[in-house]
Amino acid sequence: MDKQVASAAEAVAGIGDGATVMIGGFGGSGAPIELIHALIDKGPKGLTVINNNAGNGRIGIAAMIDAGLVKKMICSFPRSSDPRAFTDRYLAGEIELELVPQGTLAERIRAGGAGIPAFYTPTGFGTELAEGKVIAEFDGRSYVQERWLKADFALIKAHLGDRHGNLTYNKAARNFNPLMCTAAETTIVQVSEIVPLGGIDPEHVVTPGIFVDRVVEIADPAQEEVLIRAGAVYA
Amino acid sequence: MSTQDFDALKLSNAQIAWRAAQDIADGTYVNLGIGFPEMVARYQPPGRQTIFHTENGILDFGEPPAEGEEDWDLINAGKRAVTLKPGAAFFHHADSFAMVRGGHLDVAILGAYQVAETGDLANWRIGSKGVPAVGGAMDLVHGARQVFVITEHVTKDGKPKLVERCSFPLTGVACVTRVYTSHAVIDIVEGRFVLREMRPGLAFDTLQAMTGAALHRDGPVTDLLAPALYSPLA
Repeated sequence: MDKQVASAAEAVAGIGDGATVMIGGFGGSGAPIELIHALIDKGPKGLTVINNNAGNGRIGIAAMIDAGLVKKMICSFPRSSDPRAFTDRYLAGEIELELVPQGTLAERIRAGGAGIPAFYTPTGFGTELAEGKVIAEFDGRSYVQERWLKADFALIKAHLGDRHGNLTYNKAARNFNPLMCTAAETTIVQVSEIVPLGGIDPEHVVTPGIFVDRVVEIADPAQEEVLIRAGAVYA
Repeated sequence: MSTQDFDALKLSNAQIAWRAAQDIADGTYVNLGIGFPEMVARYQPPGRQTIFHTENGILDFGEPPAEGEEDWDLINAGKRAVTLKPGAAFFHHADSFAMVRGGHLDVAILGAYQVAETGDLANWRIGSKGVPAVGGAMDLVHGARQVFVITEHVTKDGKPKLVERCSFPLTGVACVTRVYTSHAVIDIVEGRFVLREMRPGLAFDTLQAMTGAALHRDGPVTDLLAPALYSPLA
């Protein structure tokens, strides 16, 4: 079994118009910049993108929006230090937004990956984000029914990987990445280093390879926040 | 008492944060909201240990690093660089919100646009204009054993922030347990504001006039005191 691919371009092959794409990361930590930019080069349209945020500056998801790839964002916090890409299109009515509380977003993805079509959470009860949703009472408290979230593809940034797709992450760059690995039809991962089988202690594997389809080594990957602070633009 | 006199009696943001910090017990797990609530971490009483949780997957983070020393894969929910303390842990977002929703946090401390006597909180958006963003606020208000709000007692133009019913969009229903304002400490007990502390020199009737719902006195009301503090963020 060998899930390695040779390049970021090869890794994002098959992502076509109208696809739903989960993209890992929280702000700049854990954002798979090289995979995102390879997808922009490929240029599919009408994508639904699932991420905690909605892009920053003129790189990564913001550059996807600038390039007109994104029809809809599903996220919890579409703000950043430089949110112009999303904000301008949103206020112009050119991009849809499904706003989801952060913990509900995480659990919907987890549920999608675990084969659980719906669950109940106290989060959002009595607020406008629960309007139209099924409410049920358990042990005297009210809960909101939320549906699973799945995707055609997930773009993931991890630290170490092996050819089976076993993964570790770097510090708080873990965030949504392990969840999204489980919830996509095709999970595509960029790692800083591909190590031989056995090179990751099985006790330290965070994402087991069963959840991963493609692994590409991007040595010394870009860090989104560092690019933002340098004023980088991807075009 | 004039509005100016009311204003003169208020605690600074740093002092409000200090006062809230005095109520965080030793050995607790605490989440501080983005912005103003982050100040609470600076005023932990000596000898008490609190482990701070951040939604993006760290327990036991510490002070920001020196400028130039940032590791941007080591950030808090406000996307600011942090450091780790010995004994820190990383985890993914589903585990992080299991900690939040599952009742494992002792205290969450948040800011507010409005708090209602019912414990309802409005702190995520003011109107329907612009781009809405909720983050983890709606999750945090459910699950922590105590939800503290720190806030000015009134808005910049003198309107009550403590009200009968919130007029701004809700973050959560019946979730706030205690409010630390610039002028008072108030518990929410069975749908009522119960006054515990107020600024010395402030008359009850004045405080009541600056509050949008009835203040109740169910026991002793003591002076709300805080040391003079210098804070660059205050």
